[in-house]
Formats: sequence, C-alpha cells, structure tokens
Amino acid sequence: MKLKDKDIVSVEDLSKGDISKILETTKKIDEGDLKADMSGKVLANVFFEPSTRTRLSFETAMKRLGGDVISLNSTQASSISKGESLADTVRVLEGYSDVIVLRHPKEGAPKMASQFVEKPVINAGDGSNEHPTQTLTDLYTIWSEKGSIDGLKIAILGDLKYGRTVHSLVQPLVEYDIQLYLVSPSQLSIRRSILEDLGKKSGEVIQKASIEEIIDKLDVLYVTRIQEERFADKEEYEKVSGSYEINKELLDQADDDLIVMHPLPRIDEISPEVDGLKQSKYFDQSKNGVKIRMALLELILGDNDGKRT
Amino acid sequence: MEKELRVRPIKNGTVIDHLTAGLALKVVKILGIDETIKEVVSIVMNVSSESMGKKDIVKVENRELNSDEVDKISLIAPKATINIIRDHEIVEKHRVSLPDTVEEFIECPNSKCITNTNEPIKSKFKVINEKEVKLKCEYCQRTIKGEITGYIKKP
Repeated sequence: MKLKDKDIVSVEDLSKGDISKILETTKKIDEGDLKADMSGKVLANVFFEPSTRTRLSFETAMKRLGGDVISLNSTQASSISKGESLADTVRVLEGYSDVIVLRHPKEGAPKMASQFVEKPVINAGDGSNEHPTQTLTDLYTIWSEKGSIDGLKIAILGDLKYGRTVHSLVQPLVEYDIQLYLVSPSQLSIRRSILEDLGKKSGEVIQKASIEEIIDKLDVLYVTRIQEERFADKEEYEKVSGSYEINKELLDQADDDLIVMHPLPRIDEISPEVDGLKQSKYFDQSKNGVKIRMALLELILGDNDGKRT
Repeated sequence: MEKELRVRPIKNGTVIDHLTAGLALKVVKILGIDETIKEVVSIVMNVSSESMGKKDIVKVENRELNSDEVDKISLIAPKATINIIRDHEIVEKHRVSLPDTVEEFIECPNSKCITNTNEPIKSKFKVINEKEVKLKCEYCQRTIKGEITGYIKKP
C-alpha cells in the first residue's frame, strides 16, 4: 500500500510490506542517502502530554529534511484552556501545516483527529494505547542490529499492562517468525484481549514471571519502565516499583550478541553499569528515532511516492 | 382459545420472537424503549416454546422497527426473529443478523477513551464474531465481551 498522505494512528494500519518499506527507507537515510526535500512544508507538533524524545526527534527529522516545525506544547498557553475541543484545534492547525503529529492523554485521540482533517495525522502516543513511531524505531533497531527479525528470541520485560510502546510493538512482532517472551510481575501482565489477538499470528508467545530463567536464550531484551503516571493508586505502584533490574551480573549469563533495548526514559530498570557494555543499544535506538521519522516524513509527504532511483 | 392468549395479537407493528427466556428486558433496553415511548409495548416472559422450552417475546405496536435497530439485538440474542405485522398479517419475517459495526448506543468502558469526552464524536465498535461476540472500540481498541447490556448508553 502507498504511504503517501497516509495517517499513522495505529500499527494495525501498517501492513508487513509497509513496515519493510519504512525500514528499507530508514536504512538508506542511515547510510547518508537523503532524497526528500521538505522545504516549504510545515510539521505541527501538537503535544498534550510531556515528551522529550518523540517531540524533539520529529522536530529534528523535519528540520534535517529542510522543513519547518510549529509547536503546541502546553494546554495552558492556548485556546484549549478556554475549552476548545481537540476536533476544532486540529482543524485550525490543519490550515497552518502539512502534517500533524499528535500526542494526547485520551486513547483514540489521534484516530479521532484523523477523521476531522484531510492532512495526515501521526500518533505520537495516546494514553496507554499506542505509540506507532516508537514501534517502527524499535523494529528498525532490531532489524539493523540483527540483520533480520525472523528467527529471533525476543523478551519484552516490564510494564506490559500500561506501556503503550509494548502494546504497539507486540502486534507487528508476532507477524514475524519469532519466539516472543512476555515477562512481567503478575500485576503488570499484558491485557488478555491483546494476548488473545497475538495467539492467532505466526510468532510464538510465551508468558514468564522472571527474566532470569530465559536470559541465556535471548537475542533481544526489550526493557520498559513502570508507568507510574498511569496508576490510579499510588500504593499499587509502590508494590511493583523496583521489582526488576537489568545489571551486569544478569547480563553475564546472557549471550554476547544479546542486545538490550529500552524506549527511554528509564528510572531504575537498567543499572547505569550496563551503559558501557556492548550489549546496550538503547541510546542507538533513541538515535534511530530521528531516522525512522525522517523516513516516515519522506514516505508520507514526499513527492516521489517512496520511489528512490 | 382466545382466552389462553396472554397478550393479544397486534394489528400493526413489530413482534420480536424467539428471545431466550430472560432477555426481553435487555432487548427493550437495547432498542432504547423507555418511559418516553408513545406506542403500546408488550413484554412477554417465560412463555412455553416447542423449540426453545421457554422464550420471551416483545411486541411494539404501530412501529415497524428497521433493520439497523433490530440488528443491535443480535449482539445478545442471535436467534431472535423479527415479524413485521400489517393489518394482522405477517408481511416480513426475518432473523436478526450481526452488524459489522455498532455506533453510538454502546459506551466504551475505558474512561480514558476519547469517546468518553465532550469531543463531537460517537462511539464506534467493530463487531467481532468468533466463539462469542466481542466488540472492539475503533478508537482506543478496548474489547468488550460477555454481557454487553451493561455498556448500553443511558439516554
């Protein structure tokens, strides 16, 4: 399917072919082959929740391609504090920009926004629902580090209940021929409905309570932060806080080729001593976020319809 | 014979038959029938049925329910039949069929869903027909299964 003018609100909207196209384009950009020219185009960064990496990486991506960026970062400093609906806000911003990048605490907000505007909408995170551009970054990191996704043993560790990066990532991962270990404290296990959907795909899904018993089998360890801000009850958060930590001692039992990923920010899930190990790839992963967003902008807004000669 | 009938046949309107016993009140709720309705509505519960043992029936006089309205019923009563009556004659008889999507009348159980805000949109669920019927919110992707009547929007 062509990605030109396409909304990216859910990974479900992307076929395996779309994902391959995005990863291949990212690889070309990674190799220094810049084709798209965004001069004269404007990206609207619309963030109703705090963000560092996602907002700045979209901004960097657009600027590196020669485009401009306008930002709405605080609900206090705009008409939203006067009670303007999101539907109205995005319709106004559509008049100022060529693409709208939206982060919103309400789940499904980007989907709704996409129904009110003609210009493409990119979901930059909606509550604990999805974060598709992080997923593409994650897939690219795995693919570029390992050369392929098929055949890998991948564990996702941490907050599988509230972590939106997890909800987005597991769906395309199980389209590949992989073994996927979902490792979490029982209070933070993945929602049953998501698990049921995963069971119908090619990848094998195995739930585990501790990382120690599988660490020596893994090719990829994807660690996530416990989403404190999504807990309704502080006491519930305290019960699970600090319940897992990736450190040198644990990684001594792992394969040398294991890669450790994290969507960041981290709190205490990965000990700083891991940063210097060759297995740690989370800062490379973060850097890949700019390239993947450049590729997406090229494919969605570019004039050559993703064709590179 | 006439004396044995608990509810008289209707002249014009809709008869929803073959409801599993106990579902009539839920069906009425799904149809949005409440104290504001002007038409005569008869609800018959636990009547004997050869094929079902016991069944419920709902009759709405002088109103022909359209398929969009009645198909909602299939979410809880897939075996229901709909009879349209004109001048005491059954002029249409059909089974309910599961719609592809349901809009507006179900409320998403996820309090953080964008449909539970003041934004100008209606709730919308994809109907997934597997071993049991499931509804998946088209916005936040949350799934509802089992007892869906608890999620019907209050008028």
